[in-house]
Amino acid sequence: MIELSDVWRTYQVGSSQVHALRGLDLTIAGGDYLAIAGPSGSGKSTLLNVIGCLDRPTAGHYTFRGRAVEEMSEPERTAMRQQDIGFVFQFFHLLARLTAQANVELPMLFAGVERAERRRRAADALGAVGLSARAHHRPDQLSGGERQRVAIARAVVMKPALVLADEPTGNLDRSSALEVMSLLETMNAAGQTLVLVTHDPQLAARARRRVRMDDGAIVERS
Amino acid sequence: MGIGDVITFAVGALRGHRLRTALSVAGVAVGIAAVVALTALGEGARGYVVREFMSLGSNLLIVLPGKVETTGGMPYGGTTHDLTIDDFRELARRVPGTARAAPIATGTETVRFGGRGRSAPVIGSTFELLEVRRLEVASGRFLAPGDPEAGGSEVVLGVEVASELFGNSNPLGEVVRIGDWRYRVVGVLAPHGRSFVGFNFDDVVVIPVQTAMRMFNRASLFRILLEMESADGLEEGKRAVLELMRDRHRVDDVTVITQDAVVETFSSILGVLTLVLVAIASISLSVAGIGIMNVMLVAVAERRKEIGLLRAVGAGTGQILAVFLTEAAVLAAVGGVVGLLGGWVAVRAFVRVYPSFPATTPAWAVAAALTVAVGVGVVFGTLPARRAARLDPVRALQGR
Repeated sequence: MIELSDVWRTYQVGSSQVHALRGLDLTIAGGDYLAIAGPSGSGKSTLLNVIGCLDRPTAGHYTFRGRAVEEMSEPERTAMRQQDIGFVFQFFHLLARLTAQANVELPMLFAGVERAERRRRAADALGAVGLSARAHHRPDQLSGGERQRVAIARAVVMKPALVLADEPTGNLDRSSALEVMSLLETMNAAGQTLVLVTHDPQLAARARRRVRMDDGAIVERS
Repeated sequence: MGIGDVITFAVGALRGHRLRTALSVAGVAVGIAAVVALTALGEGARGYVVREFMSLGSNLLIVLPGKVETTGGMPYGGTTHDLTIDDFRELARRVPGTARAAPIATGTETVRFGGRGRSAPVIGSTFELLEVRRLEVASGRFLAPGDPEAGGSEVVLGVEVASELFGNSNPLGEVVRIGDWRYRVVGVLAPHGRSFVGFNFDDVVVIPVQTAMRMFNRASLFRILLEMESADGLEEGKRAVLELMRDRHRVDDVTVITQDAVVETFSSILGVLTLVLVAIASISLSVAGIGIMNVMLVAVAERRKEIGLLRAVGAGTGQILAVFLTEAAVLAAVGGVVGLLGGWVAVRAFVRVYPSFPATTPAWAVAAALTVAVGVGVVFGTLPARRAARLDPVRALQGR
């Protein structure tokens, strides 16, 4: 489904160039469960952002379902993020002024889904993460684990082919973390491709496939 | 994403920062209230002046001796014939569409009764002046109708002259001296109010025109007033007057002003005044616009993470632009509505204090104020909204 070949991402910091990704090759099949591990600053998040079309490679080729992403326009990549990709972040990124329900509705709001349809699908997604009873609570009335489950509901509500999770348990206690992980894994088991970024080797070990990054390159695959 | 969704989203964001939202709404509201109130006052002033002029009588043709346009090298070049009572009689009789006509001769003389004296403008005229100038008699009667050349020695006193000379006693039938002449008081005018155009009819004495001309040793009338039956007759009346006078004097030596022209001039001058007031008030609107821009820039800076997230879940740059522009427009529109209410209250309060002043906000000002408010929001919201739309999603998500 995803193929990266010789992908570079270079930042200009002052007068020097920083290579966040150095000629990276990676293939991810549909339905895969891949963990990207490595120390902080190794380029894991940059890789995830490139895969998620939030960031563009400086050089190299990236094909998503047979389409060359580097040739896409910004509106096309926006459409991809909208339809094909779901993000789960370490810091949840829920809008504090909106209820759990409204937060889950956000992707559909920008995709132009009808109001009644939005309601229904968001309620379903909240049900799937076990938070139907919390639908009308705001984020500050929810625990960390509940917030991340709302974020997961938001990530999957458009039924994307790919879910990208960047340290999804980094801010959670042990039991909430396990809850969140098993939720993501259940969805993966149902066929959703899952890419997980983590610096926790224990968490990485749960994935079907693992790559370890250091200094912008993949140093180990298993 | 429909317009309703965008507005709901924008309003939700604004409700998140109540104080900040309220302050920028207040900024716009003050600007709009100022525009509305000043427009009302300007329009009120115009209405007031027009009404004052109309109170002089309506559909008036005013004939004065001499030609206003100067020809030749000399000021008032050419010969100016006197405007005589004969001329008046001819005009009154022969100008088509004339309802009433009155001659006016003027001078200033001391009016005495007993030991008291008061210098007052003396108006020589006829019975018709009462109607033409919309005067009213409080007691007694006005000048007797009849031949303007009959003269006579009766006088009608303005209310101020009457009370100064006679105090509380009844002046009717008493004899006053005007200069060296003696007149019998036949009537006192009702208070006419202090008109700021034309004579103050409270402070004059009116005597027969023929007598006035003899007393002041004048050969020419000061004015001839012709009241037309309708406004449509004014232009034709004016032409007829000029033609008749050319026939009689063998030269163009009178000037005819229509009262409408005078009213029109004042009206347009005060219209410009209103616009100037509005322009001044608009300055506060642009200040309010800068306030909106400031608030929106702060909002964009504060909500970087939100913008990054919206981009990540599939919001396009155009949608981000629309959301932030709508926020600015909603701020301004709410400010506009609040400002309209504030302006309306201010105008009502003003009218309460000065009931004679016809201050009303014209409908066009209401529509313009709202349009301008939303326009201000959009114009000053554009820069912050573009900034929001151009944020790099990755950096925005990190709050950078």
